[in-house]
This record gives sequence, C-alpha cells and structure tokens, in this order.
Amino acid sequence: MRIINYASAICEAHRQLMKSDPRVFIIGQGLWSPWYAGSSLKDLDKQFGKNRVIDTPVCENAVTAAAIGAAISGMRPIVFHPRMDFMLLAMDPIINQAANWSYMFAGKSNAPVVIRSVINRGGEQGAQHSQALQALLAHIPGLKVVMPATPYDAKGLMIAAVKDGNPVMYIDDRWLYEIEGAVPEEMYSVEIGKAAIRRKGKDVTIVAISYMAKLALEAGKALAKNGIDAEVIDLRSVKPWDADMVCSSVKKTGRLVVAEAAWKTCGVSADIAAVVSREAFDRLEAPVERVTLPETPAPASKALEAGYYPSATDIVKAAEKTISRRKNGLQSALR
Amino acid sequence: MPKTKKAVSTGMSVAGQLGLYRTMLRIRLFENCLAGLVEHGEVKTPCHLYVGQEAIAAGVCAALKKSDCVWGNHRSHGHFLAKGGKMRPLMAEIFGKKSGCCGGRGGSMHVICREEGVAGTVPIVAATIPLAVGNALANKLKNTKDVAVAFFGDGATEEGHFQESVNLAALYKLPAVFVCENNMYASHLGVLERRVENNLHEFGNVYRMNSVRTDGNDVVGVYKTTLEAVARARKGKGPSFLEFMTYRWYGHVGHRRDMDVGVKRKAELEDWFRKDPVLLTKNALEKSGVSVSKLDGIEEQVKAEVADALAFARKEPYPETREVSEHVYAGRVK
Repeated sequence: MRIINYASAICEAHRQLMKSDPRVFIIGQGLWSPWYAGSSLKDLDKQFGKNRVIDTPVCENAVTAAAIGAAISGMRPIVFHPRMDFMLLAMDPIINQAANWSYMFAGKSNAPVVIRSVINRGGEQGAQHSQALQALLAHIPGLKVVMPATPYDAKGLMIAAVKDGNPVMYIDDRWLYEIEGAVPEEMYSVEIGKAAIRRKGKDVTIVAISYMAKLALEAGKALAKNGIDAEVIDLRSVKPWDADMVCSSVKKTGRLVVAEAAWKTCGVSADIAAVVSREAFDRLEAPVERVTLPETPAPASKALEAGYYPSATDIVKAAEKTISRRKNGLQSALR
Repeated sequence: MPKTKKAVSTGMSVAGQLGLYRTMLRIRLFENCLAGLVEHGEVKTPCHLYVGQEAIAAGVCAALKKSDCVWGNHRSHGHFLAKGGKMRPLMAEIFGKKSGCCGGRGGSMHVICREEGVAGTVPIVAATIPLAVGNALANKLKNTKDVAVAFFGDGATEEGHFQESVNLAALYKLPAVFVCENNMYASHLGVLERRVENNLHEFGNVYRMNSVRTDGNDVVGVYKTTLEAVARARKGKGPSFLEFMTYRWYGHVGHRRDMDVGVKRKAELEDWFRKDPVLLTKNALEKSGVSVSKLDGIEEQVKAEVADALAFARKEPYPETREVSEHVYAGRVK
C-alpha cells in the first residue's frame, strides 16, 4: 500500500471530502499559510478556491459559531484551530450550542460540524500554545472526540467525522505530522468509538492516546526485552471510547497503564481507570497506573520541557510497576 | 431617552396592516395569558415576555419569505409566532409536554419551528448572532438568495459574539439582517448603566454596513425598514444592522414589572404604555376606515386561538421520564 505521512493524510481527506461533497468547506485561521497547518491543508485554497477554504479574521468564537450555523443550515463545515489553546475562545458555540443542539430541539435539528484543533506542544512555546484539552471536551454530552495517531486513522477519522452528523472534535498533534504509514488512496471511514490493538500481549495492557500511542509501541518493544509482553491499544476516539476493547484486554492481562499526554485530574485516563476498575474489578492484579503530564501548565524553556512531556521510558516504568505490585501480600506472578 | 414617533407609518395596504395587527395581537394575548399562568404557578419554565415589543417581530417577519430563517434568544415567543409558528406546539413546550415544539426539552427559552423558518432560539443572549451568520454563509455558498435574520437585544451587543459576527458578515457581504431590539434593559440594568452612550446604531457604521435606528413600535415602519434590508441582502449587497427602539412592559423574566426588585421605571412604563404598538396600529386601522366590528372579530379569533392552545397544552401528556436520554446525538444522517 502507498506510504504517506500524517499531515498529507489529513490533507487528502479534506481534498476527497470537498471533491465528493459540495456541502463541505473549511474555515478558520491560517488556512492559506503553511505557518499554522503545516502541509495538512496544502494548496486546498488553490484547488477549491478561497470561497470554500476560508482563512478568517481573528475571531475564533464567531468563526466556530458560523460553521455551526452553516452546519445547522445544511452544510458540512470543517473548522480549523491551529492551536487548541485558541479554541478556548469558542467554548460557547462548541459546548452551549453545537453539543446541545440536537437535544434541545428533540432531534428536529442537528449540527454536523467537524472542529479540528491542533496540539502544538514543544518547541519552547509555553503555556498557551501547548495544551491538550480533550478531557474538557469529552466531558460534554453531545460531542464526539477523536484523536488519530496514525496516517491511516488521520484520514479515516476525518472522513468519518464529516459524515457523522454530530459535532465531532478532531484533535491532532503536530508531533505526529511527519509520521509515515500505509494509507489507501480511496475514501474510507474509521469508525468513531473503536480503538485498535497495535501490539498483542498478555501481561499488561497499555492504553495510549494520540502521540502516546507511538511511544507506547516503543515501550512495548522495550518491555519485551525484559520478558514482559504488553498489549498496546491505540484509543483513537476518546468520546465515545472503546470500553469493550479496553476491558476485555484488561480481563486478559489483569494490568492496565493509561498513557495520555494531558493532565491527570479528571483526565480521560481517570475515566478509563474508573470504568475498568468496575468492569474488570475481579481480574485486576494491580492498581491502574497512569502516565500523564505533571499538574502544571506547559513551560517554555527546553530544560523545563524535558521534565514535562512523558516518554516511552515513563510508560515502561509504569508497566513494570503494575507487574511488580504485590496483591494481597503476595508477589503476583507473571502469567 | 430617544425620541420615538407616536404615529404609525403610512403607505401600506389595509390588508397588509390587518395582517400585522393580527400577528401582534397573537403575541400580545398569548403572552398576557402566559403571564397569568406564571403568576399562578401553572407554568414553571422561566418565561421572558415580549409584550410591548410586538411590532418588531411582526414587522420583520412580514418582510421575510418562509425559506428565510430567523434566530432568536430567550425572549422569542414573539419571533416564533410572527414567523408562522403555531400556538399549540409553543404553549405545549412551555408546559413541558411531549407535543411541544421540542418535546419538552426546550421549555420557553429554546424553541424551534424549522418548517416555518424558526431556526432556533437560545438564552445565551448573543449566541445565535454568529449562528445566523453561518446560516447566511450557507445561503451564499448554496446561492439560495435566502436571508438569515438574527434577533437580539441591546445587551447582546456587549458580548464579543456580536462584534465578531458583524465584522464577518460585512467582510464576506453575507445575506444577513441583524435586528437589535433595543428595549433599553439587560435584565435589571438600564443601557446607560452598561455603556457610555445609547448609540448602538453606530456599530453598523464602523463595519460599513447599512445601519438604521428607527422606532420599534411603529410596525409598518419596521416592516418597510426590514424590507429594504432584506432586498439589499438578496441582491448581494451585504448585511444590515437595524436598531429598533422599544420597551418591554413586563420585567426581565416572569409576570412582574421588576419594580418589585428595585428597578425604577414607573414613569418610563407609563410613557411607553402610551406608545402601545398594538393600540397604535388598531387606531390607525380605524382611521383608515376599518370597522370596529371587524377589528373586534380579529380579537375574538385570536382569543379563541389562545384558549385552544391553552386547553391543548393542559391536556397533552408529558414525555415519558425514561426518554430523558434520547436525542443527545443525531440519528442517521445523509
């Protein structure tokens, strides 16, 4: 199969969606400039015209709301927020309007909008260019939240999001843009709410979100060298998230590590831990471990950044901790 | 206090004026009925009454086609009725009944009637302004020639949504009409407690759009002003900002006048009672030669419509409690 990178896969999804459906348009900041979107929207304005690829004034709130209004009026807009942090100015349209729209009006109207935002961390950008706020969004009934970690999913989830009929928050991470993978040339959807097993294993389940899925695979390899057979699950969707797949994996392994490069308190990792502790209570051999950011805003200096973003080694350590954990005073043996 | 004309503009057919009169009366009598229901505790959902402002909804909506959409706020019973919504589903919604326009999920503040072009109303006061801009953007992209209308109050212009929205609409020359109903209060605060000057109409000038301030109690004037704005929008000449000066007779919410909560507006109220848009229109119609019995006949019909809606809402069933989680997500879509 053809190999392309993550950013190109996003771009191809947009191109094919716009080609196949006249209702689709893109609106947001930085659409006509490589500064913001990298190559993920490259030349779309040239191909489809600036009327359908709309680079806007600096008004996240009205742009997001206008896209929602257009969606309610029969269009299929994709909003682009080049830094997730900027999207915070659009919380009324996202949470009060789009998320509630179908419910408030008893399904007589709906808001089929995709709101894409980029986690743009690292590079000494500091607190307001680095945040990963998926938990904030996943909390809200009426929204769906997807976080693809591979080029294949980047394309398939974008297409699924546009076709979904509900407001879908599509979150990507700049650190993923150069990652390469096999991507079919034709249009296809990846089902929202379905996770993917990236590595089969029997000793510990590692559930990872977005870029952490890449690190979790590296951790899986490192653990294998120490004789620990990890099962790595790329969550792909954080709302709804695939509790069936995660719980059946934990029922098999008895141990769970959740890796999410976001804050711990009320994070997606907390929800996963809560559900697993209920659904797989009798099979858990150790407490759930979480690999997350420290509970601080993002720093700028690279010296501080080095202590901020979790690594594959952190995942390895967390997995080992679940293995070495004593349960009921006994060293629980590797299966 | 801005000067307001006490007359009704001329130059509209008697039949047209009778239509506007009926619409205003439908709003007036529906809401006066509702005020009684709120006072006696039969209706619990917060009701923000529109009485006193009827000429704006009636005049604006008369200038629109069915396919033009209106977007409203927390005070939108008038918009709903004027755009063609029926009393039964509105009253049933206010009663929280299953046959309400939102199946009991919306209450007074969230109402919809898509088939008549009521796109939705919500109580975040400026929230539907950018949604209407999106509606206008969709109309432009689809080349439908339809117009999107945002109804909002003077308070809504204080939220960022508004400024961002008018800029976008002006920049992209969108077929939108921004209808600001300046009733001079945001909840309990008068306009001069919230801004240096009561000069909202100047917003339109900043964005170089057609901008008009006029009497909001003169229904024919409202109609004509809107007609011009709508024609501009359809021709691709961009949005308009229409500021209609008016006054709400009830308090911010519920059946009282807000003097009970310390808002000093007795003299103002009495002044504005004399500019009653419904009565002004009725008097003008009489002067044009419409018989009293004809006008009384309209009033009897509207009273019967309200009574029917009330009886309907009272007898309809509530939604089943187990339905609480339905409609969070849209069903299958194309």
